[in-house]
Amino acid sequence: MNPTKSSAISLRVNGETHSLTVDNRTTLLDALREHIDLTGTKKGCDQGQCGACTVLLDGRRANSCLQLAVAAEGRAVTTIEGMADGERLHPVQQAFLDFDGYQCGYCTPGQVCSAVAVIEEHAAGWPSAATADIRPETGPPPLDDNEIRERMSGNLCRCGAYVSIVRAVAEAAAQAAAVRESAGDTTPDGGSGSGTVPAGGSGARVTA
Amino acid sequence: MREFGYMRATDVTEAVSLLATDPEARFLGGGTNLVDLMKTGVENPALLIDVRELPLDRIEVADDGALKIGATVTNSDLAADPEVRRRYPALAQAVLAGASGQLRNMATVGGNLLQRTRCGYFGDTTQPCNKRVPGSGCPALTGEHHNHAILDWSEHCVATHPSDMGVALAAFDAVVSVHTADGPAELPLSEFYLPVGDTPHRETALPPGALITGVTLPAAPVAARSRYRKVRERASYAFANGSIAAALDVEDGTVRDVRLAFGAVASRPWRARKAEQALTGGPATPEAFAAAADAELAAARPLTHNGYKVPLIRNLVVAMLTELTQEDAR
Ligand SMILES: Cc1cc2nc3c(=O)[nH]c(=O)nc-3n(C[C@H](O)[C@H](O)[C@H](O)COP(=O)(O)OP(=O)(O)OC[C@H]3O[C@@H](n4cnc5c(N)ncnc54)[C@H](O)[C@@H]3O)c2cc1C
Ligand code: SF4
Ligand code: FES
Ligand code: FES
Repeated sequence: MNPTKSSAISLRVNGETHSLTVDNRTTLLDALREHIDLTGTKKGCDQGQCGACTVLLDGRRANSCLQLAVAAEGRAVTTIEGMADGERLHPVQQAFLDFDGYQCGYCTPGQVCSAVAVIEEHAAGWPSAATADIRPETGPPPLDDNEIRERMSGNLCRCGAYVSIVRAVAEAAAQAAAVRESAGDTTPDGGSGSGTVPAGGSGARVTA
Repeated sequence: MREFGYMRATDVTEAVSLLATDPEARFLGGGTNLVDLMKTGVENPALLIDVRELPLDRIEVADDGALKIGATVTNSDLAADPEVRRRYPALAQAVLAGASGQLRNMATVGGNLLQRTRCGYFGDTTQPCNKRVPGSGCPALTGEHHNHAILDWSEHCVATHPSDMGVALAAFDAVVSVHTADGPAELPLSEFYLPVGDTPHRETALPPGALITGVTLPAAPVAARSRYRKVRERASYAFANGSIAAALDVEDGTVRDVRLAFGAVASRPWRARKAEQALTGGPATPEAFAAAADAELAAARPLTHNGYKVPLIRNLVVAMLTELTQEDAR
């Protein structure tokens, strides 16, 4: 068998399908920037060490620099360009503006994508390394500064805008919680378990 | 990066037979380690068999109470799983202590077990390294080794295994399920990683061409009272300089059952059986905890720049077991 070294793939990005032929070595990051002209997603380290390249894959945040484009076929990609609703910024984008959550802005697209996912992960009851009691019965911990710093630790900011980033994420999370509450959707987890964040390919479930 | 072919497998037998079509083929999980190493030329596969769509993404409780974790379960799903958090909290904590939220969403259980060392010379193809190029030498021995092994290394390689998850799995007697052309097989984690010896390039006892299909944790009541603690050079998003998974069951001041495993001290997650033996049936006191740590660490052979790991691990043992004892009393 001699599979080809390049592949014709279609990528679903921000709801639009793009057909392209990529060398299999192409990362999702390079496909977005070089093939689809979506340059909002940034390349920092290209090694999974900085988070500048963060996008959502099937609703979950991922480092697009370590994701092969060919392996992303069939999965829904959301980039920073897909966050706003027309002219209305995503509440997380707006919070970054309101609280000055950046200086040069290079890390910001990744920070925003990551923060959007952090808020959902927390709402779904996912614990973090900062969570003192991770038993599911305890329910999600308050999203305090410590939790935000830990959950956002995959996004480095060389300008050191962390203090404002933490504020922006806290504000956006509080807004999202208020929206959920007014929609009558009480805290997701309570007693029963982990909840699920937009299950991507892998929907781990327990049959107890 | 070398050019490579890419294929997706949808069932386990197909994955194994696709891999067998090319001696230079490799499985691709989340890619967070493999793709990284392909970029630097450390890994050079000719064909990738993507395993992410295999039906191995579930966590299930078996009839005997064991927890069966599929090989493609992401690190995030593993750490969020209610059964894991309730019955093996140190495992959830260990996973959460590793990498970042983004990486944990991509990384799989199988890939985590097989991630390569973070030794700087291993990752730098301009340098000699016995693990990467057998027989070329080990510059870490006399060079940069502040985060290398203190236990069971050989003069051929002093690298550590970097996994946090693996440390908790070692403490809980995990068994790795694999699939080869001959069918399914099982391999206890305690036999999964090979001793370094003079073959540091041979890291596991996996049969050639084997697919990891999952990991099983036997039911262990003691694991419900367990914790993971990791010491690193910054608060988050960094590999361990030393870590510990501990579980403790104390009754009337006596240790009934205890599990201890250390990370970042050896070429594999280090199950501290000597310390466990020293503790079992004895008093649950800080003095006993320290003596048990010393019993385990008596075999430590620190290098010039990593001697700090010996007291670090000793202190972790005492602190964690003391905390778990206090929790027990509550
Ligand atoms: C910046 C950074 C920081 C990190 N920090 C930490 C940390 O603090 N702690 C920690 O523990 N880890 C850390 N990691 C490592 C991370 O946990 C691993 O890269 C990840 O778990 C690997 O899983 P994967 O699915 O992406 O594996 P891949 O990269 O896809 O594969 C790794 C290896 O496993 C093989 N493989 C994959 N699946 C299977 C299977 N089912 N059967 C047989 N072989 C298989 C592949 O062929 C390859 O050889 C970090 C990684 C990065 C990039
Ligand atoms: S410690 Fe091991 S991995 Fe590091 S240079 Fe020596 S042989 Fe290579
Ligand atoms: S560019 Fe992907 S993590 Fe730095
Ligand atoms: S704003 Fe400059 S790197 Fe973060």
